[in-house]
Amino acid sequence: MEMDMLFNSGILTGERPGAVKPPQELWETKQNGLVIIECPQRIPCNPCHTSCPTGAVLPFEDINDTPRIDYSKCTGCTMCVAKCPGLACFVVDLTYGGADEALMKLPYEMLPVPEVGAEVDCLNRSGEAVSKGKVVRVMEPWKDKTLVVHVSVPKALVMDIRAIRVVK
Amino acid sequence: MRQTEVMVIGGGPAGLSAAVEAASLGCQVLVVDSDLKLGGQLIKQTHKFFGSKEEHAGTRGYQIADILFRELEENKDRIQILSNTTAVGYYKEDGVISCVTGEDEYFRVKPQRVIMATGAQEKMIPFPNNDLPGVYGAGAVQTLMNVYGVMPGKRVLMVGAGNIGLIVSYQMKQAGVDIAGIVEFMPHVGGYWVHAAKDRRLGIPIYLRHTILEALGDRFVTGAVIQEVGAKGGLEGEPKKIDCDVICMAVGLTPTCELLWQAGCEMVFVPELCGYVAKRDNQMRTSVPTIWVAGDAAGIEEASSAMVEGRVAGLNAARSLARLMDSEFDARSSLYWKRLSDLRAGPVGEKIRYGISQACCGSWEV
Repeated sequence: MEMDMLFNSGILTGERPGAVKPPQELWETKQNGLVIIECPQRIPCNPCHTSCPTGAVLPFEDINDTPRIDYSKCTGCTMCVAKCPGLACFVVDLTYGGADEALMKLPYEMLPVPEVGAEVDCLNRSGEAVSKGKVVRVMEPWKDKTLVVHVSVPKALVMDIRAIRVVK
Repeated sequence: MRQTEVMVIGGGPAGLSAAVEAASLGCQVLVVDSDLKLGGQLIKQTHKFFGSKEEHAGTRGYQIADILFRELEENKDRIQILSNTTAVGYYKEDGVISCVTGEDEYFRVKPQRVIMATGAQEKMIPFPNNDLPGVYGAGAVQTLMNVYGVMPGKRVLMVGAGNIGLIVSYQMKQAGVDIAGIVEFMPHVGGYWVHAAKDRRLGIPIYLRHTILEALGDRFVTGAVIQEVGAKGGLEGEPKKIDCDVICMAVGLTPTCELLWQAGCEMVFVPELCGYVAKRDNQMRTSVPTIWVAGDAAGIEEASSAMVEGRVAGLNAARSLARLMDSEFDARSSLYWKRLSDLRAGPVGEKIRYGISQACCGSWEV
């Protein structure tokens, strides 16, 4: 009941169609990472598929389908991360850095723009700062003001962290 | 008196799409819009749109308006635009429409065909002090921020977790406004879950099963009182006081339909379409054979479907003026209806599909 109310208010936890984890074995070894899409509601929307250059986000039979991913084709390029109107795509690279470290590539549409090298707050699905992270790169894949921020985070928190906040 | 082949009333996503469609098929088109700038609500939408490529999914709303403006430009020989101009009266006797530009420049138009794309109005809910300065509609907040670059306030309580409430909260957060929370009467958000997730991960609380009891303040808003609502709709728990200087209302829209009433169109109340709408056939034509309807005026939906409905209305107005072959009409018409049915196919389209089934008569010819 408590979980349902949280989910119903936008805390989209748990695996279900449209929100699946990559296969662990592939994920552990895939350089540049794999995408996690958290889009468990059937809504009329398909830019994750149309923006995917490798065909990893499979074609939609019905535009209301939830996304399905062929993880063998995902290169972690983040084109969907920056295109998704719901900011529901995230790339996680488990091969990055040390044993306890991972790289997350997160959509970002706030100000100020984070600086490379800066320490930022990593926020969970309800906006709580759960760790610090370090900005590695700031990209703008579609040159349309939606940034993708590459941030190194504790590996144990990749299924919790979903946003960053610049520390002033 | 002005003459035109097709008069489009309303220059939002539906009206502009209708104008472009009719003009590209050779019709002389007059567009009147009450606002200073064309584009309707599109020009205030800084978020990326849902839908498919054909409706420019993944593109920000104001940039979709720019795309429509470019199409207007390509057809400028056949489109005349009058902004800051409100259509105020429809005279059934002769089909004349009276308009006013600004405050006092009245004129009359005798169009051969009319497309009503008048959009929607925001709803309000009653609570003590809801007339205090600082209680805004979500549309006004967007106009202030996204058209004029003015922050609406420092700390906002949003009422309503439909897509508009969720999106405008996100936009305010982007502008540096603190969001005290989003209050929602239902036990779940009404908008898309991903929009709610965007707000939540920025730390915006969503109070499900809550309602606003009153606005606080003497000369302007200084706070609000909210309270939990039980399963049966009664108040539960203790009232909570929220400090805020703005209360933003996003509690729904209702179709703007005064001109349709004046024109004598057969009207029907459809809760799923959020109010009175004109009965229409399966080509968006009303019971008055020279009048079509499109967009939110035909039932509250999304801008993506409004644009397609506009195309349908423009296409049919052009056909009624014999501007295209049946084969081309059929090709375009089936394409547009396929797009509409795709957009409405999912569970979020269920309400719309039912609403349309109540408002659509199939064909006026018996």
